[in-house]
Amino acid sequence: MRTAALSFVNPMNFSDALGDYFSLFGLPRRYAVDPATLESAYLDVQAKIHPDRYAHLPENERRIAMQWASHANEGYRVLRRPVPRARYLLHLAGIDPQIESNTAMPADFLMRQMLLREAVEEAEQDGDVATLDNLLRELRRDARTMEQSLADDFDARGDLIAATARVRQLMFLERLQEEIGSALETLEN
Amino acid sequence: MALLQLAEPGQSAAPHEHRLAVGIDLGTTHSLVATVRHSLPECLPGEQCGILLPSIVRYLADGSVQVGREAAEHQATDSQNTIVSVKRFMGRGLADVEAGASKQYDFVDADGMVRINTVAGVKSPVEVSAEILKVLRQRAESRLGGELVGAVITVPAYFDDAQRQATKDAARLAGLNVLRLLNEPTAAAIAYGLDNETEGTYAVFDLGGGTFDFSVLKLSRGVFEVLATSGDAALGGDDFDQALAMWLREQGGASDLPPEDSRAVLVECRRVKEALSRASAEQAHVTLSDGRELCASVTREQFEALTAKLVAKTLTPVRKALRDAHLDVEDVKGVVLVGGATRMPQIRAAVEQHFGREPLTDIDPDKVVAIGAAIQANVLAGNRRDEDDWLLLDVIPLSLGIETMGGLVEKIVTRNSTIPTAKAQEFTTYKDGQTAMAIHVVQGERELVRDCRSLARFELRGIPPMAAGAARIRVTFQVDADGLLSVSARETGSGVEASITVKPSYGLSDDEIAGMLRAGFDHADADMRMRALREQQVEAQRMIEAVQSALAVDGDLLDAAECQAIHAALNELTALNAGDDARQIKTALDAMNKLTETFAARRMDKTIRAALAGQKVDDLKV
Repeated sequence: MRTAALSFVNPMNFSDALGDYFSLFGLPRRYAVDPATLESAYLDVQAKIHPDRYAHLPENERRIAMQWASHANEGYRVLRRPVPRARYLLHLAGIDPQIESNTAMPADFLMRQMLLREAVEEAEQDGDVATLDNLLRELRRDARTMEQSLADDFDARGDLIAATARVRQLMFLERLQEEIGSALETLEN
Repeated sequence: MALLQLAEPGQSAAPHEHRLAVGIDLGTTHSLVATVRHSLPECLPGEQCGILLPSIVRYLADGSVQVGREAAEHQATDSQNTIVSVKRFMGRGLADVEAGASKQYDFVDADGMVRINTVAGVKSPVEVSAEILKVLRQRAESRLGGELVGAVITVPAYFDDAQRQATKDAARLAGLNVLRLLNEPTAAAIAYGLDNETEGTYAVFDLGGGTFDFSVLKLSRGVFEVLATSGDAALGGDDFDQALAMWLREQGGASDLPPEDSRAVLVECRRVKEALSRASAEQAHVTLSDGRELCASVTREQFEALTAKLVAKTLTPVRKALRDAHLDVEDVKGVVLVGGATRMPQIRAAVEQHFGREPLTDIDPDKVVAIGAAIQANVLAGNRRDEDDWLLLDVIPLSLGIETMGGLVEKIVTRNSTIPTAKAQEFTTYKDGQTAMAIHVVQGERELVRDCRSLARFELRGIPPMAAGAARIRVTFQVDADGLLSVSARETGSGVEASITVKPSYGLSDDEIAGMLRAGFDHADADMRMRALREQQVEAQRMIEAVQSALAVDGDLLDAAECQAIHAALNELTALNAGDDARQIKTALDAMNKLTETFAARRMDKTIRAALAGQKVDDLKV
């Protein structure tokens, strides 16, 4: 059997081969992260391991530096934004929010998502950029509120079940934001 | 060569020796080379004193090649054999270049990349570009009085993997060691930022002859961090010439013209365009091959009206990059203009209007990219200056993914990810007993495979027969600091290992390039061969010493068998190095390299872990 493509299994794979991202940046393993501290730790790490710092070395050695720099870039990308950071914390705790379906979505959340999705589709069909922009802003606001609650779930109460449920909701919001983004792009082109 | 002496990060192994390195801006309309001499960057002029080398290559029937001004003089009379704007064909297939309305050559369809039929035979865009690079390399070597350690070659930030790989191949074909492919707007930011000690968020608006790039960068604490980049790999000053040419031909009722005349009209329109950046009106005048005269007066207003669509086209990528960087126009502290085409007043006005501030133009837009490349080349060659304690973090311009069921794209690396980057994703089989899996790598933002650029197809074989969905196939994308991709796939579910690693390649294979280089070597005279032998001997000697000292310091990282194998190889290399067979020495060197790969990796890993732990590398006696 030679043909075809693949089915997609796991939407987010974290690589643990070079250690965890929190220790790479010398940060405590928790949800709340000060962006300035993270950024400065990231730049310090890159300054030490970036392959350009080892430019005088042969390719073999630079490849190792490249793997470390890739690791640091991915770590920064994951820890910088709330949802990937939360998912990473769950991953470190051995929980996959995709599969862990012991927490159903609340009905009011689902209802609101359906309404929003309809509004997006309608605006997209009408080519209504302003409405799409507004919806995007609204979604971002919703997400921000939820992200703040995540800090309580993780750091104050250590309630990973509540955190998992919230992360799944945030992933819903994120997907919708992405859809609006690509709709806007299509309309602009 | 593996196992060179390790040194403090950022320092050269031999700090007092200045190694010759250059930055090359390989442009659509012209190319130039710059270097850092006596701590200052400068562009190197050619023999005829000009810094800008027209990116024009002419093939003659006797097999000789003309490059630059000499070739430019024949572009109208010998248009089929005089290749202009070859950059537009790099990494592109026949369908792409014909869609670009450029039918001025005898194109030949070929696997991966289009070829051009000339009087001297069929040429790939890689070979044509290599001719330009060879001239710049010779220029640099004669001006600097020595052989180059390497070069940084700039590419449009929006170039995809195929276009980048083609550029790197061209450099190798020209005998250049590529220290880095550097994005043009990023190069400009380095030149500009280091010169002005800038901090904050800046944008670079780079409209060249054939490509448009827009990048947003954050400059802080000596780090140039590209936040987002966007652009159009087929939009540039050339298109403004084309728009004017179309109009001029309509005016004169000359829609159907032979290639020579089309080229003559284009050359004249470029001149008129440039004149209109200074004057409010200009006379266009072309004498056609049948004796007809094409004449018209063009005002700046007319020209602006003809090209308004092109100007508007630049703003879409601008908005996209700002959105990707989560920024508004007010967040941008300044916009640097790069590329000759930004001299057009309508471009400056459009940028000023969009950002609500006057753009920055204090470095010559033609030179700024080469200067930035030279500064980075100097650092990468190991000549770090005191002021060079800076680091560059660039991004990949277009998402990379693979084809999944139904012709859909699953993105693995998303656009604007900081490079280098490695990402893995797991996939599974969809039929019972499936033992092979086709993996199709694509680049682009669209959801359907057919709307993205196909980079590579390969097959993972030897998957043990299992029920559908039971296999776990881990596909890893590694993008290096040049923005070039390699892909590996491995079945992990069964414990039986099936794995493969590919690098997409286009047009020219590694073997073809090696063959072309070897052909040059075989025809070289005795002096050249003597020099090659001595170079191999020096390299072998350096390797022998490096391995010996590595063994003395870090021998404990090896087990007994590994240690013995390395000692044996060391004796063989030492023996061969006393002889005079360059190829044998090279073979032994390569073997030594391969043998010490793991050792080198362990040593480097130790170095990096120590650096992260805050120890000075010096203290480790590596």
